[in-house]
Amino acid sequence: MLGTLRQKILGQSLQRTRSAASALRSYSSAAKEMMVRDALNSALDEEMSADPKVFLMGEEVGEYQGAYKISKGLLEKYGPERVLDTPITEAGFTGIGVGAAYYGLRPIVEFMTFNFSMQAIDHIINSAAKSNYMSSGQISVPIVFRGPNGAAAGVGAQHSQCYAAWYAACPGLKVLCPYSSEDARGLLKAAIRDPDPVVFLENELLYGESFPVSAEVLDSSFCLPIGKAKIEREGKDVTITAFSKMVGYALKAAEILAKEGISAEVINLRSIRPLDRSTINASVRKTNRLITVEEGFPQHGVGAEICTSVIEESFGYLDAPVERIAGADVPMPYAANLERMAVPQVEDIVRAAKRACYRSVPLAAAA
Amino acid sequence: MALCLKTSRISIHCLKSKMGLLSMIKQDSCLSSLTHPQKPPFPTRNAQNFRDPDANFRMSATLFSARRLKSVKAEKQFCSLDNVDHNQVLDLPGGKVVLTPEMRFISESPEERAQCYRVLDNDGQLIMCSNFKKVGEEIAVKMYTDMVTLQTMDAVFYEAQRQGRISFYATTIGEEAINIASAAALTTDDLVFPQYREPGVLLWRGFTLQEFANQCFGNKADYGKGRQMPIHYGSNKLNYFTVSATIATQLPHAVGAAYSLKMDRRNACVITYFGDGGSSEGDFHAALNFAAVMEVPAIFFCRNNGWAISTPTSDQFRSDGVVVRGRGYGVRSIRVDGNDALAIYSAVHAAREMAISEHRPILIEAITYRVGHHSTSDDSTKYRPVDEIEWWRSARDPVARFRKWIESNGWWCSEAESELRNNVREQLLHAIQVAEKIEKPPLAELFMDVYDVPPSNLCEQEKLLGETVRRNPQYYPPDVSL
Repeated sequence: MLGTLRQKILGQSLQRTRSAASALRSYSSAAKEMMVRDALNSALDEEMSADPKVFLMGEEVGEYQGAYKISKGLLEKYGPERVLDTPITEAGFTGIGVGAAYYGLRPIVEFMTFNFSMQAIDHIINSAAKSNYMSSGQISVPIVFRGPNGAAAGVGAQHSQCYAAWYAACPGLKVLCPYSSEDARGLLKAAIRDPDPVVFLENELLYGESFPVSAEVLDSSFCLPIGKAKIEREGKDVTITAFSKMVGYALKAAEILAKEGISAEVINLRSIRPLDRSTINASVRKTNRLITVEEGFPQHGVGAEICTSVIEESFGYLDAPVERIAGADVPMPYAANLERMAVPQVEDIVRAAKRACYRSVPLAAAA
Repeated sequence: MALCLKTSRISIHCLKSKMGLLSMIKQDSCLSSLTHPQKPPFPTRNAQNFRDPDANFRMSATLFSARRLKSVKAEKQFCSLDNVDHNQVLDLPGGKVVLTPEMRFISESPEERAQCYRVLDNDGQLIMCSNFKKVGEEIAVKMYTDMVTLQTMDAVFYEAQRQGRISFYATTIGEEAINIASAAALTTDDLVFPQYREPGVLLWRGFTLQEFANQCFGNKADYGKGRQMPIHYGSNKLNYFTVSATIATQLPHAVGAAYSLKMDRRNACVITYFGDGGSSEGDFHAALNFAAVMEVPAIFFCRNNGWAISTPTSDQFRSDGVVVRGRGYGVRSIRVDGNDALAIYSAVHAAREMAISEHRPILIEAITYRVGHHSTSDDSTKYRPVDEIEWWRSARDPVARFRKWIESNGWWCSEAESELRNNVREQLLHAIQVAEKIEKPPLAELFMDVYDVPPSNLCEQEKLLGETVRRNPQYYPPDVSL
């Protein structure tokens, strides 16, 4: 298919321009702040403008301006052929998006929350993730599935699950989790340009948060590499890995720990699949202690995978057992006080870091 | 486009077919006494009675003069509410609705079942005044030879599986007309989203017997690099999307691709195939609904062959087949005789025109019978009578029926027949021998195509695996390279 070939060549030359641009990075402090919501909106806008094959599809994305206003203004700018309001059929519009991607378009399928993606998960896994392999390269699926993931505030069990571990288990998918506005812009652009299917897990509570952005981030060619984690805060005593909202909590925990003389290194994973094992391991070899933080259920979670990776590659460097902090092993309760106890809080991270540094009594072994 | 042949020869044929129908009525009443061993008797009005499919044809034959399909326009529905004051109209967001003081439920089944479009009768003769798209000698002969090739390919590959040379196979016996005639009515620019019983479409477009064999043997020359089971063919070049075993998932894919064609303003449509069982999937609902709302050029082709593995249609749905559901979604639909190549050709040809020029989806339900087992993993004699299968295999063979038509036109003869059959069989046996000897794909291919660019962990694993194999060659098959 000549179209795909042309896209591949174009993609490669784009990559070269991008890496040139990042080499000219300026380190001036940014005066500009940007909300994550606006970061995502601008990324969508710019990518749709740059490539006519990109289109957005989902419930309420058009007339309503997006259930969370992420696609504000896009219907007006690009028209109903490129911003499609769909009926309430996740399985339907996901399958349709995959079909459009098979043909060569670059759809962005929005789920109102990733909880609803379960109704379409057959298409995400069996039709999107595995197609390139099953067709041995004849059918590529350059699609992005995006939407809010994980716990919000008072939305109950069926609207609060984190799907990072589920999707990251599947070969053929790439799974990204932005935290800051820079992450949101750079990773979403990378996802849209990527020829493989990407699951892009946002966070509803982060949409309204503002982060400083540099001029480079605001440039329309800005893009972050997929598969590279970011060291948000350097440290030497304990490594804390986190993604999405938990990065903010980990940074707050690091502040508290600093006052007590523990220097924590906070890694923002950014990419759950592929996982940046080399950055994580390099950090653990430096600090010798590891805490993994995630909002999702503990069993078979992201932390379990990180722990195994470190044991496989850096066992000799560990001075303390790896500890994983995750959400409680229960469906998310609704009542505010119970909900607070079902997700990790800053204090949980602080206590775990202290345990890893032998500054407090270790937890009794769980039954 | 009414075609009225006034030659006396045809009139005699018409008479014959009418008489034939009369004798068929007698025969069919015998067949309808073949009840399914475990099923309670269903009222014939509602059941899709596969022992008496001619019931539909009988009805259309006697009424053909009154109900002849004159054009390809959809039939109009006349408002038949008598006691309505036409000033009593409700303005709804979706449009105006006429009010009535009569409480009348819409019946769960129509007074009459949807009629079945047919052009050739059971003896391969044109039904008088049948309305169809003419087919010239070249196309007709190619259609016939491809149908024979498909039939022979099925027989040979099925044998090969039974001999243990390939692991799996699924035949298309009884559905040759559906496969070939629908493909013949399309162009290669039209995208095909198959289920798994449509290899004939690939055959028509030029997929060679060797290519089929290579996929079944999973060798190095297989375009699928041995990644999938046999019969999971695919070809980028021929616009035939690789078969995927998940049922009906191709329906929304087809809608997405059709939408893309529309956006690109291409003079092409999408066709997607599925069975009576596939119509029960949620994806069927989603796809038809979306196709209508998004106004896409998509042909939904249902091969209603009576069986979904062992599930007969009476256990699959209670509607009058699949065709009536089209109206439920606002999709124009037609029911055709799935064993009549000319009827299928005409219907798909018309559907393609409508789909592309009017930007609308079309639903075609082809009534046929799955003569073969579901696959080599199935023995259908366990759940249906052997004589029912044999009757459909012989008396209703779509290939034989079409042969009679091309012979009556002087385009075919028995010498050509035996030459073709022998030729094709030889080619197939040769293709199998060649495919068997070709090497399997190298080990390196195991790790490719998971992503566009192989990730570092898989590159590493490939290296490690290669080293392990080189250290212990005695445990590794000699005919698979690294």
